[in-house]
Amino acid sequence: MIQALSGQLLLGLINGSFYALLSLGLAIIFGLLNVVNFAHGALYMMGAFAAWMGLEFLGIGYWWALLLAPLAVGLVGVLVERLLLRRLYGLDHLYGLLLTFGLTLIAEGLFHHFYGNSGQSYPVPGALQGGFRLPFMYLPIYRAWVVGVSLLVCLASWFVIEKTKLGAYLRAGTENPRLLQAFGVNVPVLRTVTYGFGVALAAFAGVMAAPIYQVQPLMGSSLVIVVFAVVVIGGMGSIAGSIVTGIGLGLVEGLTKFVYPEASAVIVFMVMALVLLVRPAGLFGRER
Amino acid sequence: MNHPTRLLAAAALFALAAPASAADKVSDGVVKIGVLTDMTGYYSDLAGPGSVLAAKMAAEDFGGKVLGKPIEIVSADHQNKADIASNTARKWFDEEKVDVVADLVSSSTAGAVMPVAMEKKRITLLSGPATTAFTGEKCTPYNVHYTYNNWMLANGTGREVVRQGGDSWFFITADYVFGKSLEEDTSNVVKAAGGKVLGSARHPSPGTTDFSSYLLQAQASGAKIIGMANAGADTVNTIKQAKEFGITPNQSLAGLLVFISDIHSLGLETAKGMYLTTSFYWDLDDATRKWSKRFLEKHGKMPTMVHAGVYSAVTHYLAAVKAVGTDDADAVIAKMKATPVKDFFAKNGQIGPDGLHRHDAYLVRVKTPAESKYPWDYYAIVKTIPAAEAFPSVEAQKCPLVKK
Repeated sequence: MIQALSGQLLLGLINGSFYALLSLGLAIIFGLLNVVNFAHGALYMMGAFAAWMGLEFLGIGYWWALLLAPLAVGLVGVLVERLLLRRLYGLDHLYGLLLTFGLTLIAEGLFHHFYGNSGQSYPVPGALQGGFRLPFMYLPIYRAWVVGVSLLVCLASWFVIEKTKLGAYLRAGTENPRLLQAFGVNVPVLRTVTYGFGVALAAFAGVMAAPIYQVQPLMGSSLVIVVFAVVVIGGMGSIAGSIVTGIGLGLVEGLTKFVYPEASAVIVFMVMALVLLVRPAGLFGRER
Repeated sequence: MNHPTRLLAAAALFALAAPASAADKVSDGVVKIGVLTDMTGYYSDLAGPGSVLAAKMAAEDFGGKVLGKPIEIVSADHQNKADIASNTARKWFDEEKVDVVADLVSSSTAGAVMPVAMEKKRITLLSGPATTAFTGEKCTPYNVHYTYNNWMLANGTGREVVRQGGDSWFFITADYVFGKSLEEDTSNVVKAAGGKVLGSARHPSPGTTDFSSYLLQAQASGAKIIGMANAGADTVNTIKQAKEFGITPNQSLAGLLVFISDIHSLGLETAKGMYLTTSFYWDLDDATRKWSKRFLEKHGKMPTMVHAGVYSAVTHYLAAVKAVGTDDADAVIAKMKATPVKDFFAKNGQIGPDGLHRHDAYLVRVKTPAESKYPWDYYAIVKTIPAAEAFPSVEAQKCPLVKK
């Protein structure tokens, strides 16, 4: 019994670190730009497809894809921000949500038109194949890699935003953009960079996901709702909150799958409802 | 107007009036077939636009007309949602003069549309749905369950796997009517053949992408066989992750409902060796090859059994309409049940009084990459299961409409 439970909790940790990576990008974009980026799931999907296309058409392997796919999709994000999102700053959050939701539908529809829905296969890279035979379960090396890299990237991002000068500028830009601009900082460029970075994080998660899940147009849509719940529970503006909550919810979900799997899709939202009742700003959020 | 012209006008009027009083009665002057399917979601590759194409090919091959009236194919996307399906069907029947609904894909949508069709006296031609009860306790007088059902899958794959030594099973099941029905049918087969069912894990569907924890439970159970009572993207992800988690050397996966579109997206390296039961394979004989190559040219992919089933069902329907001289549902369905089906899709096909189309089925094994010689060369036929063995008997189905 303990064996089975430990296995499930370890899996929960793996999924949780994945959620943390995804919700990080979302939290950054909302915390610093006040945009509800519903396109996050579609961008994650585009990252996975970019990796697959790179392999299929250009022979670019996994390791290069980890760098190039986020750059490519990040560039798309930058274009979206400059041409479309820029016009919505200062308006109600709803407009940003509607715009990004529309972009999601377009992206998913396009990929579905060209590639159908059964999905494309993406192999686990050679160096990461195989696994460890732990006493309570078989842990694929690739999954251990996912945990490690997700936690690393999350910590690095948190460090940059909370502890460095660039991060300070980003945070100041949210609090009082005019004052920051008066100091000579180029706030519009800062905003573009922020959005591009959040998008790149989503695409990075997509590349990591490609060997485990089939690369298909709807792969983001099932995840994005859960990721939103994670960010809301963690507190909409809090980077640390989304990381901690992502991992925590992964564990909770893992436990539910062991005890009563039928509820595993719903448990995240039940937790969200409970948390919001007690702390409306989320666990780590500040009242806005 | 002078005499001859008046006579001519009167004759013309009579000629126009005549068809209305003749025996040919096609409601609303058109035979409209509605393909209600999942166009964009998880089941869109095994059915979806391919099913619409199959129906259009059937209409074209029939000549585009029946009883002098045009055949029209319309389609809609029900997104696998029961409420959208039943509302679309209702609108089709009430406002758009649709005479018959084909495909439906998933059991939840079929279960919602069948009662509406019964109320409006319209025929439903199920090609995608699997639930055995649709011609059992849930049967309706206007329903034809055409292509396959869970019993066929369970008896084909389940029995063979147990016969080969796979006598302990653990199920990973999609948590809705289709998955539960498939798990139940297969459990019965396993137990009847002397095997044991060690447990099952039910996952939400659609929406589950990560099957690792269910696979872990399956591993912990020690079962020799992990039966996948799910379909489409769920099955594909389960198989992929099973390989990742090192399940396959010690335990075997049984794909209970797998389509050629799934094998195509998984690749033979991952799917090789798997047993599955199907109603149709494109490379079976010259007739199937001929039709499938036409389909391939238009669709870009080889047809699944759902696609071939839609073509055959629509053709059989149109032939019945022509034979009875009307598209009235009662007359047509009686004719469909009275006429055997003999085309490239069904060898020895017969639609029973409960609406179940009993035809030959095929147990196949997925080839290894080395065995596959040309594109889409995926299956090795292990054996042909004759219609009487492949499907449950009319007595076993216990459809309340069938008089004892």
